[in-house]
Amino acid sequence: MAGLLQLLVSGLATGATYALVAIGFTLLWQTSQTINFAQGEFVMVPAFIVLAAMRFLDFSLWPALALGLFCSLLLLGFLFKRLLVDPLLKHGVLPLVIATIGLSILAKEVVKNYYSGEAQRFPALISGDTIPLGGAVLSVQDLINLTVAVAAVALLQLFLARTETGRRMQATAQNRTVAAILGIDVERMILYTFLLNAALVCLAAYLITPVYLATYSIGEGLGLVAFTAAIVGGFNQVRGAIVGGFIVGIAENFTAVYVSTQYRTAVPLLLLVAIILFRPQGLLGRAEERTT
Amino acid sequence: MTGLRLWGYVAAAGVLVALIVLPQSLKPYGIALLSRWAVMAIAAVGLNLTLGYAGQISLAQAAFLGIGAYTTAILTTNGYPFWSALLLAGGLGFGVGWLLGYPALRVQHHYLAFVTLAFMTMAYLVFRNEAWLTGGVFGINRIPRPSFFGWSTAKPLTYYYVCLGALMIVLAGAWWMIRSPWGRAFVALRENPRRAMSLGVDIRSYTLLAFAFGAALGCIAGVFFAPLVEFVDPSSFTLADSLGLLLMVVVGGSGYFFGPLLGAMVAVLLPEWLRMTQGLYLICYAVLVMVLMVFCPSGIFGLFDKAVRPFNRSAPLAIGKEARR
Repeated sequence: MAGLLQLLVSGLATGATYALVAIGFTLLWQTSQTINFAQGEFVMVPAFIVLAAMRFLDFSLWPALALGLFCSLLLLGFLFKRLLVDPLLKHGVLPLVIATIGLSILAKEVVKNYYSGEAQRFPALISGDTIPLGGAVLSVQDLINLTVAVAAVALLQLFLARTETGRRMQATAQNRTVAAILGIDVERMILYTFLLNAALVCLAAYLITPVYLATYSIGEGLGLVAFTAAIVGGFNQVRGAIVGGFIVGIAENFTAVYVSTQYRTAVPLLLLVAIILFRPQGLLGRAEERTT
Repeated sequence: MTGLRLWGYVAAAGVLVALIVLPQSLKPYGIALLSRWAVMAIAAVGLNLTLGYAGQISLAQAAFLGIGAYTTAILTTNGYPFWSALLLAGGLGFGVGWLLGYPALRVQHHYLAFVTLAFMTMAYLVFRNEAWLTGGVFGINRIPRPSFFGWSTAKPLTYYYVCLGALMIVLAGAWWMIRSPWGRAFVALRENPRRAMSLGVDIRSYTLLAFAFGAALGCIAGVFFAPLVEFVDPSSFTLADSLGLLLMVVVGGSGYFFGPLLGAMVAVLLPEWLRMTQGLYLICYAVLVMVLMVFCPSGIFGLFDKAVRPFNRSAPLAIGKEARR
């Protein structure tokens, strides 16, 4: 029972960070039909910006984190949209997919060649140990991750549902043309989405790398998980991405213990295939043009 | 138009002669590279059938390369002849590819990409974990090169000609297929599935066939890959390798007959040209891919096409956008 609780908490903690990455992924898809195959690398990049700032520029942790956030907003938000997505959108979905595959290779190789190919320790935001709770041992880092990620998701939902900008962004995501007719600056809203995605992946990086260490290849698994979470939940729903993130996080932790560590990565994928085949719109998604 | 076509044949013949004559004066390393190119080109031609002609994205081509390579490794190290591996792997690829096509009947584009990506990851896990069959992470060693009617192909140069010959046979088959009603049905499927259906094309069978043929060619490439490197292990058949094959097709020009050959050439030889830059070749390659996508999503062949006949086609050939004959 205690073991179960422990697994559940760590599953929820990983799931919450997955959800952050998956939300960004679905937001990009909704507003600009961008399937970002580099989403995992987008999580890796801010972590290494922080590490580089601390190592080469002698920044202390918090200024380095701020610099990391700024750089990811600039690189992964603004420049990614302007240099890659904007010119490619008119060609359709596939060339953009290929280009983001290229981008993911680029990000990995640059980090590997110019920083390090080895796993790097990443400082935790708040140092903590473990808390015993009714026989279970809960890691403080897990609890912090869970709290911060849930808080971020809640804030995001509030922003999207209650503020005027958020509602404009939703309108843009739902129907670009009608949004434009209603006088919404669609381009600006799309840019906001990209910035939001950059902020989300940055937060995910700061939460996940203290646990899993920062490596240049950390994004490979994460990107896959983000896709899985987005599809499990429903591609066109922010709520879906959240649920998907939690399901995948918990499923992964439980299979590692109860089924087999060798096939741990296979379980979310089997889930993914089953969902795609039997419920292509996802658990919470609306059925819309799935097959054309 | 006819003049251009004539020049095209002349160029193709010239390249073929170069491919036959040039390796005579190459060092073993160069021959190994060219053999690798020939093998990868077979797999890329297969993927081009699925992606370029039928318009179905697949991120699993390296899995089929792996299935072919492991089939060959297991059979030939146990004393079975090479041709049995070729037959079995081709059949296996066709069957598994056919099954992998079923999701494509329900979902398209990125969803299909994820299904094939999941299949790729599963295949890799099986290669790595089922040690009783595949030797696990250590792989399978000492794969013999085949001999045909007592004629041994153990020498690198001889084996290169075997790979080149295989590539030529595959190309001839693909050439015939693309011009056959099947190939036209593939293109119809890519351009407008509904219209194809209304014209009486059985899009269900053709979607499955597109996957099956692409996969079978992937497996056949694997059959020639295993004796070439004489050693197979799971690390050659990862998702990254599948993406690499996809990039080959797209960089060369997907939907162009010779596109994958050029793409494979770039992917295999670029690392050697950029050897002095150490690990930077992947960076250069990634930048090349992105720049190419931004300026000409139809690949190098598309770029060439645009330069040669600028007024012939108004819109650039985006992937899966316009028919090619």
